[in-house]
Amino acid sequence: MSAVILAADGVNVSQNVGFGIIAAIMIFAALNVVTTKNVVHAALWLVVVLSGVAAQYILAAAEFVAISQVLVYIGAVMVLFLFGIMLTRAQIGKEAGLNNTGWVLGIPVGLVLFGLLAWVILDAFGDDLLPDRGPAPTVMLSDQFLGIYLIPFLAISFVLLAAAIGAIVLARKD
Amino acid sequence: MLAVNFLLLGAALFAIGVYGVIARRNAVMVLMSIELILNAVSLNLVAFSLMTGAVDGQVFALYVIAIAAAEVGVGLAMVLMIYRNRKTIALDELSEMKG
Repeated sequence: MSAVILAADGVNVSQNVGFGIIAAIMIFAALNVVTTKNVVHAALWLVVVLSGVAAQYILAAAEFVAISQVLVYIGAVMVLFLFGIMLTRAQIGKEAGLNNTGWVLGIPVGLVLFGLLAWVILDAFGDDLLPDRGPAPTVMLSDQFLGIYLIPFLAISFVLLAAAIGAIVLARKD
Repeated sequence: MLAVNFLLLGAALFAIGVYGVIARRNAVMVLMSIELILNAVSLNLVAFSLMTGAVDGQVFALYVIAIAAAEVGVGLAMVLMIYRNRKTIALDELSEMKG
């Protein structure tokens, strides 16, 4: 019924259908990440979630962020995770004892958190429609980065440098 | 498209990530759950950027991506060091600070 109302408002129906399909896949994959008994499978399901996020960025007209997501997360972070799994010699099969003894406590916490967040979001944004904008040109992003966000941009370069040096120092053998 | 679509998806991912942080015992799995939480937040930031028409939300999302990369690098280096010293990365066995 709400779909009919949405269509009458001139809402882009195909965008909504695409969003729904990708969102369902993402939720399913995210639930698998936190429940699977196999560490390597969890990493592979995480790839599905991260690609879904990149697809949602494209639906939200943020191409540059989507490309960065694919490059940084799927390209670099996942390789780090797989190295971490390999170097800590996780079993390649099913593994017992991946969960805490009190893991059941996480279910009510997660449900209450989601309920609270959903209530606040629905209360605040109710049925606000997203305006139908085209993609923001990347020039706008670079103007922001080299304009008012220049100092944080330089700061984050130092954070990345410090993190790289810190990771090398921590992981060295001697 | 309704604005709450993106925000509810972000909330669901966030809640799943929090469940993972609480329930998981393996340190690498906890780091993966933290990635879920960070992604939920940047999805929200991009949705807000679309809502207001300013690109500041996308700039913030890119900062979150950069910080997440740094966090994973240092976090996994720490996990490797713990594994080397203790031969385990089960978080509940790291209890020297308990009185």
